[in-house]
Amino acid sequence: MGLLDIKNVSKRFGGLKALSDVNLSIAEGTVHAIIGPNGAGKSTLLNVLVGKLIPDTGSVMFDGQSVLGRAPHEINQMGISRVFQTPEIFGDLSVLENVLIPCFARRDGPFRMHAFETVTNETEMVEMAEQMLGDVHMLEKRKMQASALSRGDKRRLEMAMCLVQQPKLLLLDEPTAGMARADTNNTIDLLKEIKATRPITMAIIEHDMHVVFSLAERITVLAQGTPLVEDIPAKIKGHPKVMEAYLGTAEV
Amino acid sequence: MFGLTKKDTLLLIVVAILTMAAPFLLNPFPSGSAMAQFNAGYPDLMQRFVIYGLFAIGFNLLFGLTGYLSFGHAAFLGVGSYSAVWMFKLLSMNVIPAIILSVIVAALFSLLIGFISLRRSGIYFSILTLAFAQMSFNLAYSVLTPITNGETGLQITLDDPRILGVSRTESGGIPVTNLFGAEMRSTYEMHVGSWLFQFNTGYYLCAVLMLLGFYLSIRIFRSPFGMMLRAVKSNQNRLRYTGLNTKPYTLAAFVISGMYAGLAGGLLACMDPLAGAERMQWTASGEVVLMTILGGAGTLLGPVLGAGFIKYFENIFSKINDTILHQWFSALPDGLEDAMVFLVHPFIGKGWSLTLGITFMLVVIFLPGGLIEGGQRIGRLFRRRTAKPAPDSAPSSTPAE
Ligand SMILES: Nc1ncnc2c1ncn2[C@@H]1O[C@H](COP(=O)(O)OP(=O)(O)O)[C@@H](O)[C@H]1O
Ligand SMILES: [Mg+2]
Repeated sequence: MGLLDIKNVSKRFGGLKALSDVNLSIAEGTVHAIIGPNGAGKSTLLNVLVGKLIPDTGSVMFDGQSVLGRAPHEINQMGISRVFQTPEIFGDLSVLENVLIPCFARRDGPFRMHAFETVTNETEMVEMAEQMLGDVHMLEKRKMQASALSRGDKRRLEMAMCLVQQPKLLLLDEPTAGMARADTNNTIDLLKEIKATRPITMAIIEHDMHVVFSLAERITVLAQGTPLVEDIPAKIKGHPKVMEAYLGTAEV
Repeated sequence: MFGLTKKDTLLLIVVAILTMAAPFLLNPFPSGSAMAQFNAGYPDLMQRFVIYGLFAIGFNLLFGLTGYLSFGHAAFLGVGSYSAVWMFKLLSMNVIPAIILSVIVAALFSLLIGFISLRRSGIYFSILTLAFAQMSFNLAYSVLTPITNGETGLQITLDDPRILGVSRTESGGIPVTNLFGAEMRSTYEMHVGSWLFQFNTGYYLCAVLMLLGFYLSIRIFRSPFGMMLRAVKSNQNRLRYTGLNTKPYTLAAFVISGMYAGLAGGLLACMDPLAGAERMQWTASGEVVLMTILGGAGTLLGPVLGAGFIKYFENIFSKINDTILHQWFSALPDGLEDAMVFLVHPFIGKGWSLTLGITFMLVVIFLPGGLIEGGQRIGRLFRRRTAKPAPDSAPSSTPAE
């Protein structure tokens, strides 16, 4: 039994089978990459995991509990955080506030009427958020409005927002999509650092094979909504089935 | 002080001083002078300033923080007024129970309307709130006539079965609203030279409650709760995936702002124990939207400024008529005088809404941050002249006052 167990999950959009009979298990403490050509169903799978979509069949167990039918905030409170394909941050708020919100969410749960406390007096929360910003090398930008950040910084901020919750499982949907090479390498380093400093399980969806082979400990190849193979990176490289799925993308 | 930062304390103190000194500040022109018509320091108008200020402060907690634009807040104002008048009729002419009941009833009513309307967001939310308010307005005129007294409006009469107090005074009149004996209508007049300053009990009661409401709004703005509300406006999706349930946050904001509206409605009735359904009409809901945006939505002081601005100019513009216009332009040659009067005529008197509409359009287009942004721009202009621009102009999201 892994930390996350996906069993026989299928999802149709009209006539299109986005996921068909997916079985996947992610072991605690691993970095598990899910790769596959465009339209393979990677994002759909992630949406099922965070409660954005409900699958037509199958079950998803996380840490011994089913996540199906739960609202996104409940799933997050169970310990799953998600980084989106395009960074989802609070653009109108300051960088520090962006990280403070998940701190409060972790401490106070999904709702608390803390209307008579003052944010700046919550030293424990502020310290926690600043520490996290330091970890992602953004402390000096804490007073900036988040929407003014560069794309790379937004992604980094979003990761900080997820990590500060100390999730059991971190889901990353193409964390380096649209990034320049230097930013991509920074992100790889950051993720390696994160992995080295805390007990975290990660599921990464990625297009960039450089990223995948730098980080992943296990790889599942998804094609047309079904897992083709699952193995360690060394065995995925040059696997005939994978070559076939990626027909033309000789990078693998 | 009071759990506020130095800057916020200063803001609160300045607002407190201005409100307390309003009878002086708003009467700068000697009575009898030509400029006296621009004075605003009389009880009725000053009461409206602070009551509508309170209404707008509460509205801003919903709209300014969460971005949910309610077009039905006048319903809570109206409900507050009706509750207060019923309290006067049945219990006592003391304003305290009336105020308490108006806030409680508005809270329950907004809980119901908010619970349903908040199932949708954006324009659908706005339309739902508008529909509910218009429904209340129509009900007040029809089915609910026994409670609202229909078109006549709910009033105090000579044979109200008042439990604590008398139905009529010894002289046979209708008792007046009071705070433990201090009559709301009583006004102390102070003559200084040719100036007349009026200190009205009702105004000071409203002013104190407005300051209390303002203080609470600062606390909410600076609280984790307020931060979550701003996060709702910024990115609800992210908030959900951060483990927060947005529904109770928005509902709490809706109910709080409904309570402010109920308090404002209750106070209107305390100043003048009369409640009519027109107080719930969509135009009244629209007015508080205008006040908030005109002053600066999402800022602390903006709504109060917007309310003051609109109520002041409404009063001035409605009073001006053609005779006064002719006086103003009398220095011009005859033909030109008539032309000027002809041009200005549509904007005065009943044309006030036209002026308001145009002002609002100009503000939204050129000053989307409202009067507050205008003030900040002027401030920056002066600072730039005296000193070189400061390097730390990085925008901070802490809402400005
Ligand atoms: N909400 C949706 N409605 C209809 N079709 C969808 C929806 N989301 C995804 N799809 C389709 O499902 C397939 C898988 O999409 P997706 O999971 O986004 O692929 P990937 O992330 O692997 O590129 C695609 O063919 C896509 O067009
Ligand atoms: Mg995708």
